[in-house]
Amino acid sequence: MVWNRRIAYVDLSTRKVVQSDIPKTMRQLYLGGRGIDMYLLYNHVKPKVDPLSSENTLFIGIGLLGGIPCLGASRCDIAARSPLTGAVGDSNIGGFFGPELRFAGFDHLVITGKSKEPAYIWVQDREIEVKDATHLWGKDTIETQTVIRQDHGDDDVKSLVIGVAGENMVRFANVRTGLKNSAGRTGMGCVMGSKNLKAVAARGTMDLEFAKPERLLDYCKEMNDMIIGTRWAKAQSRWGTMIIFSNTNTTGLIRTKNFQLNRLEDGRDLEPENIDRYSIGTSGCYGCIVHCRHRYVLEEGPYAPIFAEGPEYTSLGAFGTMVNCKKMETILVANHLVNKYGIDTLETGGLIAWAMELYEKGIINDKMTGGLKLNWGNEEAVFELIRQIAAREGFGNVLANGFRDAIAKIGNNSAYYAIQVKGMSNLHSDERPTPSFALGIATSTRGSDHLRSRPAVDMYGLPEEVLQELYEGPVSSDYTSYDGKSRMIWWQELLYAVTDSIGTCKFQTVFCAVHAPKWNEFSKLIQYATDMRFTKTQLMQIGERIYTLERMFNLREGFTRKDDRLPERYFKEPTPIGFPIAKGKTIDREKFEAMLDEYYSLHGWNKNGVPTKKTLTKLGLNKEPTHLI
Amino acid sequence: MRKFLFLDPEKCTGCRICETACSLHHEKVCNPARARVHIAKWETSGLYIPVVCLHCETPICEEVCPVRAIKRDAKTGAVVIDYDLCVGCRLCVLYCPFAGAGIDTVTGKILKCDLCDGDPVCVRFCDPRALQYVKSSRANMMKMRKAAEKFSELMQKLLTP
Repeated sequence: MVWNRRIAYVDLSTRKVVQSDIPKTMRQLYLGGRGIDMYLLYNHVKPKVDPLSSENTLFIGIGLLGGIPCLGASRCDIAARSPLTGAVGDSNIGGFFGPELRFAGFDHLVITGKSKEPAYIWVQDREIEVKDATHLWGKDTIETQTVIRQDHGDDDVKSLVIGVAGENMVRFANVRTGLKNSAGRTGMGCVMGSKNLKAVAARGTMDLEFAKPERLLDYCKEMNDMIIGTRWAKAQSRWGTMIIFSNTNTTGLIRTKNFQLNRLEDGRDLEPENIDRYSIGTSGCYGCIVHCRHRYVLEEGPYAPIFAEGPEYTSLGAFGTMVNCKKMETILVANHLVNKYGIDTLETGGLIAWAMELYEKGIINDKMTGGLKLNWGNEEAVFELIRQIAAREGFGNVLANGFRDAIAKIGNNSAYYAIQVKGMSNLHSDERPTPSFALGIATSTRGSDHLRSRPAVDMYGLPEEVLQELYEGPVSSDYTSYDGKSRMIWWQELLYAVTDSIGTCKFQTVFCAVHAPKWNEFSKLIQYATDMRFTKTQLMQIGERIYTLERMFNLREGFTRKDDRLPERYFKEPTPIGFPIAKGKTIDREKFEAMLDEYYSLHGWNKNGVPTKKTLTKLGLNKEPTHLI
Repeated sequence: MRKFLFLDPEKCTGCRICETACSLHHEKVCNPARARVHIAKWETSGLYIPVVCLHCETPICEEVCPVRAIKRDAKTGAVVIDYDLCVGCRLCVLYCPFAGAGIDTVTGKILKCDLCDGDPVCVRFCDPRALQYVKSSRANMMKMRKAAEKFSELMQKLLTP
């Protein structure tokens, strides 16, 4: 059972490894994955630690249900103090690494110190070793994985790796596995680079035992039927997250030219159907029947031949609408490049779009860009900037530390044009017509982010009775309304915190479908797998505990209510185009503040966003840090 | 009419849910290393090929088994191992050209698909239908249609000026 999966403490400075059991109490309080990682982050990282110093600690953890055959139970969580934001650093990754680590006997790794020479961590059936990675340094993310496999003479080795961007400590460098899977956000690859840690590789053949295996098997099948029975999952299994584009672009919910327009005119080539020209089929993460990405081939063009996987909806925005590039091929090339170098697609696109607007406004010029013509739609400039950022060359180096540092370097009102929260780029979605989404990016504990809370069901205009039943309180079915949207965000934050802690995929819970598996289904899965019993209320409380602990970490690092903000342009500039429902919209400052008040009170935090004593006691957080593990 | 495991690698998405479900059903644990089906993957070129016992009409494993422990199940048509007779010599593993038999990493016994008594769990879990369990007539027609599709594409290319 999961009880014999261990936690290992790996000190890269001394190469010493200590293993221990994970107490059942930890499971009851935090489940696993993100939950336990957040506990470790709060307990092991001292306040105000420099994220790039050897004192920052990297945590890797697989969810409690990792490895079971349903709901994409492959998800692995990577955490540290973020070098991009200074807040909670936390990123989730699918693929095959998480389960492999579990089959190798470990659920959590705590990586401290710094290696003198490039190193990688090798995990195999209960044994851990720090190995030399000099021969891997400088290699891209794909080649690194191939060489590790060759070194061990085993094609089934799975690795988390960084690319050259991580080695160069680009602050939004990501961690990658397989061709496409990325722990993209908050710069966890940068933390690996700062520790001279090129990879963590695993190979496992150990049994994962369960409390009620027969019932678990049948229930897994039921869960898969439940999720694939939703139209959303069916559409996703055909076109991936790109399917969202068809709807949002037509309506006028997509940032275009950084933040100037909210729809890409003539954007037909970016419609998801066009991936068929390049696709040889889809590809799934471990145990996932939704398989939301394409395997694609580019046979022509200066970067050809390319074989890669993706792209996500995110990349359609990052290298399409936001920079005004209108060709699918541009997206496919850029997606391949960022993945190869190991930088976050979203942050990279957000920064390049911002730079293009600054170039247009004359805030930066050819001299600053080193001759790069940052005109809208210049795909060559996009490709070159991706390379420069990863290599920390020229103007790319100005952007490589993220928004905060680049704003400081450029000055001259450039901050106004930066579409970011807490130092992290917004997704390309335009949240001005959707107050729920806007609140979600403002309150997210890891900086601007849609995956902490996005209630995509808000877009459906569902009957209010349905929403009332789901969110257990009044919620308006109009997505432009502010009513009940605090409740929506609060509820989704708890649900996603639990989803990330059991290690299933967020797309396979209430993301785009109300009748997708959630609390009660999670509860049954946990029961059949582990014999632990949780009611819906108890699971929600675990979600609250995790989210509040993240909040406590951020408060400790100096983040307050004033950081739960939106870029000024959300309040000042109305959306210029789109369907009537999306046009002419700004976020109302007063209503936004009122939403924030209500949101804090739902969490049990005071007006300043500080958890009250009562809340801390109720959640058992009043004595943190408790150093149980 | 007997049913067959029908493999369609073009539909496989490489998720390996078949492996996990197989080990959970047979061994009551999740452990792809102990599954009777495996997806051989060439990740960097996007090739995913299911590998499993094909339940041959003239099974080589049956021929080489020195203790005649390999037989055909009359009901399902599966080529199965009688573990009371099996001595674990692994000649079946050695000689099967399709890697249809393997070695259990824990018990050392032979691991081989038994078609789950006529309701293969891997098939139940394979949503893209890369693994199907169908009557031979259906299997034939599926192959023919696929071949015809390719031929039709070719014809259209030739006929388009």
